[in-house]
Amino acid sequence: MNSSVLTAWIDGVGLLAPGMSDWPTAVSILRGDQSYVTAPSQLPVPSLLPAAERRRASPIVKLVLALGLEACGQSDADPGTLATVFSSSGADGQNCHALCEQLATDDRRISPTRFHNSVHNAAAGYWSIAVKAMTPCQVLSAYDASFGAGLLDALAQLRVDGQPVLLVAYDSQYPEPLFHKRPIPDCGGVAMLLSPIPGPRSLARMTVRLSDQPAARLADDNLEKLRLSIPAMRSLPLMQALAERRVTATVIDYLPPLQLAIDCEPC
Amino acid sequence: MTPLLVSSFTLSTSLGRGLAPTLAGLRAGDSGLRRCTFESVVIDTWAGEVADVDRQTMPDGLADYDCRNNRLALLALEADDFAGRVRQASDRYGARRIGVFLGTSTSGILQTELAYRRRDPQTGALPDDFNYRTTHNGFSLGEFVRRRCALEGPAMVVSTACSSAAKTFAAAARLIACDVIDAALVGGVDSLCLTTLYGFASLELTSRDPCRPYDSARNGLSVAEGAAFALLERTPVSPPAGSLLFLGYGESSDAHHMSSPHPEGLGAQLAMAAALRSAGVSAAEIDYINLHGTATPANDATEGLAVAALFGDQVPCSSTKGATGHTLGAAGGVEALICLLALANGLIPGSPHTGSRDPTIPINYQLTSRQAELRRVLSNSFGFGGSNCSLVFGVAS
Repeated sequence: MNSSVLTAWIDGVGLLAPGMSDWPTAVSILRGDQSYVTAPSQLPVPSLLPAAERRRASPIVKLVLALGLEACGQSDADPGTLATVFSSSGADGQNCHALCEQLATDDRRISPTRFHNSVHNAAAGYWSIAVKAMTPCQVLSAYDASFGAGLLDALAQLRVDGQPVLLVAYDSQYPEPLFHKRPIPDCGGVAMLLSPIPGPRSLARMTVRLSDQPAARLADDNLEKLRLSIPAMRSLPLMQALAERRVTATVIDYLPPLQLAIDCEPC
Repeated sequence: MTPLLVSSFTLSTSLGRGLAPTLAGLRAGDSGLRRCTFESVVIDTWAGEVADVDRQTMPDGLADYDCRNNRLALLALEADDFAGRVRQASDRYGARRIGVFLGTSTSGILQTELAYRRRDPQTGALPDDFNYRTTHNGFSLGEFVRRRCALEGPAMVVSTACSSAAKTFAAAARLIACDVIDAALVGGVDSLCLTTLYGFASLELTSRDPCRPYDSARNGLSVAEGAAFALLERTPVSPPAGSLLFLGYGESSDAHHMSSPHPEGLGAQLAMAAALRSAGVSAAEIDYINLHGTATPANDATEGLAVAALFGDQVPCSSTKGATGHTLGAAGGVEALICLLALANGLIPGSPHTGSRDPTIPINYQLTSRQAELRRVLSNSFGFGGSNCSLVFGVAS
């Protein structure tokens, strides 16, 4: 296919999903050292936020802060200096449900806080406030292709601006009745700190191009189920390549039949 | 950045459907704002509703996408033969080589708001005819337009509240610069819904009158809907005189508050300065600024401070939200295209409904439309979450 190749070094990874509380746990599971048992996602308390905000922080904000900080923590990067790309199918499901429920009653006086938290970029806004980042911040949605869309824009920013970019792809579940229409089972996401040049902490070099090949599947049935049930987890074949630390050519789902072929070479 | 050619564009707002009525409305100082009678909404405010949205019927094979937002998208795509121009570009480049980058804040959420009134009284379930993916989800807009135009390249929806559509120009420019695509359909669509009307009312940001940007008596915004589409391509080596060019973009974050702007407009300044750098032009080379100008007391005061800090008090500026209302996630696209109309027609748009300029804001604010030769213009879009984007456009000599 006539299309250019995008390249980045991966300097840090964050992962949080049902049964995988952080990147080290995910590495152990994705390498096959530990079997995968699904369990409710554990969201850490966001130590970055002031106490009052901490108590009120929604699951999606906790998720985004945890993912971003885990990826940044593996490098010396100051999160406040990083350009960011956030990508999510639908952001805060619980908040959306609460608004729609109230708007269907006779009393439509919705809470102003719920309203400003309803924007798709709410978690990105809390991230920028928490780490004091006045940098460019992109916030995308592409339904099940959200990870791929975020990856493409992050890699393009990297090449055009020559600066590191933090990519965070994340999703949360809707409660019923929306859950029935969009059955994302739990919170989950990944973060990658991407750099245009190799550094002492670089984990791998990645090249990405558009492809027509089918996406790679995971051998473990439960991991494969996870890949398909949370949009951000379409990244799992790439995460497995990073966990295994070997030269890998893989393909992830984007907008089938348009896919992303990714070559990964550990540093 | 390398300048891109804006080879075709169209917009539809409460001011009119397509370019000709929009230009005529801007020249005459008309406003599309009317007292809000949308759906069952009971709020003492004005709104910008686009005529005939609900008279649109979805094309064959795309019935699942039927919702107000996609009807508005369809209405706008068909104006000015824009969809035809996209088809020609697709024949030229190949469907894979054209990306779709669209902004929206609420997409088709009205469909969900209405479905929540029809929940099964026993089980609470939503009606069977409600389709989340093709209506409510943010990407519904991107998927609908991509399928309608038979495009097969990369696609994304930007959703950063009221800067969404502006940021699509930047994202598209990057993928063109990386040679992943040759051309891009950019812009945005946002439509009236209960969430935004009652939401802005809950924050006490809606005005009881038509919004009056930069007026000393301004007291809030007028929620509106709109759709804006543009086709970006690489600029030929010697573009014909009069070609409209996308010259630069700047993006930043306030890192201050979810729904209030930075008090000194620092994030806004960063975005405007970055846009000038990206375009390779100085502040003195900007001939007109289309302000974000929502007419809330805080927005206009802080944006005015930021503009004065970078541009001084000479550059003609105006907000066109008195004409169109605040089209939210589409505003960055609507106002980018108003800038292109201004460049193409030598028009500085005025500010309908603004009576007396706020004397505490030291910028050259334009109340009435007038003719002027314009070479380069800047458009500002700022959103909740502290998301800022500025764009620079120019005309080839």
